[in-house]
Amino acid sequence: MTKAKRKRLIYNLITFGLVIAAFLILQNMIATKSISRSLKGQLVPICSWIVMAVSLNLVIGFSGELSLGHAGFMSIGAYTGAIVSGWLLAAFDMQDTTLRLVLAIVAGGILAGIFGVLIGIPVLRLRGDYLAIVTLAFGEIIRNLVNVLYVGTVDGKLQFSFLNKNLPENVTMLVDGAKGAVKIKPISTFTVGFVLIIITLIVVLNLVNSRAGRAIQATRDNRIAAESMGVSVTRYKMMAFVTAAVLAGMAGALYGLNSSTVVPTQFTFNQSINVLVFVVLGGLGNVLGSIISATFLTVLPEVLREFADYRMLVYAVVLILVMIFTNNPTTRAIANRLFAPIKNLFHGKHKESVGGGDAK
Amino acid sequence: MTEVKRHRSDTKMVPVPSHSIVPERDVNEIPVLETRHLGIEFGGLKAVDDFNLTIGKTEIAGLIGPNGAGKTTVFNLLTKVYEPTSGAVLIDGKDLHGMSIVQASRLGIARTFQNIRLFDKMTVEENVRIGLHNQIKYDMFSGILRLPRYWKQEKRQHERAMELLDIFGMQDLADEVSGSLPYGAQRRLEIVRALATDPKLLLLDEPAAGMNPHETEELMENIAKIRDQFQIAILLIEHDMSLVMGVCEGICVLNFGKIIAKGTADEIQANPDVIEAYLGKRREGGK
Repeated sequence: MTKAKRKRLIYNLITFGLVIAAFLILQNMIATKSISRSLKGQLVPICSWIVMAVSLNLVIGFSGELSLGHAGFMSIGAYTGAIVSGWLLAAFDMQDTTLRLVLAIVAGGILAGIFGVLIGIPVLRLRGDYLAIVTLAFGEIIRNLVNVLYVGTVDGKLQFSFLNKNLPENVTMLVDGAKGAVKIKPISTFTVGFVLIIITLIVVLNLVNSRAGRAIQATRDNRIAAESMGVSVTRYKMMAFVTAAVLAGMAGALYGLNSSTVVPTQFTFNQSINVLVFVVLGGLGNVLGSIISATFLTVLPEVLREFADYRMLVYAVVLILVMIFTNNPTTRAIANRLFAPIKNLFHGKHKESVGGGDAK
Repeated sequence: MTEVKRHRSDTKMVPVPSHSIVPERDVNEIPVLETRHLGIEFGGLKAVDDFNLTIGKTEIAGLIGPNGAGKTTVFNLLTKVYEPTSGAVLIDGKDLHGMSIVQASRLGIARTFQNIRLFDKMTVEENVRIGLHNQIKYDMFSGILRLPRYWKQEKRQHERAMELLDIFGMQDLADEVSGSLPYGAQRRLEIVRALATDPKLLLLDEPAAGMNPHETEELMENIAKIRDQFQIAILLIEHDMSLVMGVCEGICVLNFGKIIAKGTADEIQANPDVIEAYLGKRREGGK
């Protein structure tokens, strides 16, 4: 096995191992009731945000395109999940909540994927800042569209209405315009969330280390060179974008079915930026980093509740400090020196390259 | 050099005389590369004008000229980075009109870049594997689900990449991040990566830039070796005259976007126009 392969294998094992270990510990804590109520309520959202962060990392970290509309795909997933779950219950009286949840998640992923293709076709011809702006606009459009969407079931049949509530009298509302998706039966479970994270990791990590994934990274590193090698840039940017959209849709369905209502204002531009923060903080192209930062930054505001008014201020300060610490060469050098003994334990007498930097 | 600029529609009608640099080549053979009255204008400036060049199979040709003569622009026209405003490019007899960079690459044209364009966050082997992108394939789902096809094709890619890296003895560097390689090694890696696409025509843009004389000499031998081993045609841009004169069978000199001379190394060295383009005009009655 080559050195690069071994390094990658260790990285993947650590990533999967950490997620599985965290799941087992938390399951144990739930079983012994030693987990706080607030943290228990956070488990499913954390799973959703991890999937969101890892999928956005595929677009930003690996394909190198800045997408600011990721929450848009999440909202598509959340609404689709709520509608599909409500419809399955009304039409087939499906009582198996896990099956309903899984079907809702799959449906959320598929619809978000379709939107990913529709958005991707025109958008991925743009580059850099333009792409960021257009994806931002897309997120806002989705939010405004679901704001005027009315969906209900009449005798187990789905009824749609747009702009005004044009539905029969005996309707059971599933989505009620600005009120959002209403009367959802919360069916999301931590276990399904965990499985979704594992699926996401398998998809993203395996994709990245394959022919298609290398092509995606090549288009990021040098567009002209990639094209000169016969790599169709649009095709592979599209692949990354749509895969991320599908995963975000799935995360959205999981997230939406965790509470009794989903409102459009949950998926604003701010939410997209939040996910972006997870990705940048965790490191571009670093999947494990995304998982850790998504978890940390979702839990942090809850932990900071005792600071009351200063909560967001402390959150921002922590963010700035972590960014400086992880991205400043000096602080990184200090951290490297501090952790060097630990690193050496793993790598034996691994030779650190001295000085050098980017030889260009 | 006096032809009137023709529109694209005319170019196919008008029989173009052989412009091959090496005259003794078989005229009946379809050349790997043929350009007919190729030209491009940038806002009224003719960067390349009436460029006619024919390169036969397994021919090594050089493209030289002073700075700003339009050499790299010619490469960009041949690889479809730019769409020509007049004339045509034919690879193996096929017109590249309207094709994308990717399509041109699939027809068998590969290049290196003057300002190195490696995938610098990826390893050396991964760079070569990108070159093999259209040679050894498997689909996205085989990759995600790790189907048998993935393992088989990955193994083939690895073996082929190692074979190609062996040309320059770079196998030991396979796991290094390509951006951290020394300059000369980066240039060699670009050539390997281009060869991985299985080209018919290889375009080298200043392959010896930044290399020391010893490295340049090695490169010269390798260029000839690559031609013999892969049976491909090579067109190179280079300022190092020892390399150009040493390895190129035919040389084409460009100045201000126009071809001012074509011929063998000896002919070019004796050509007064070429000397003038490089050194300037001799002053009448100078000291």
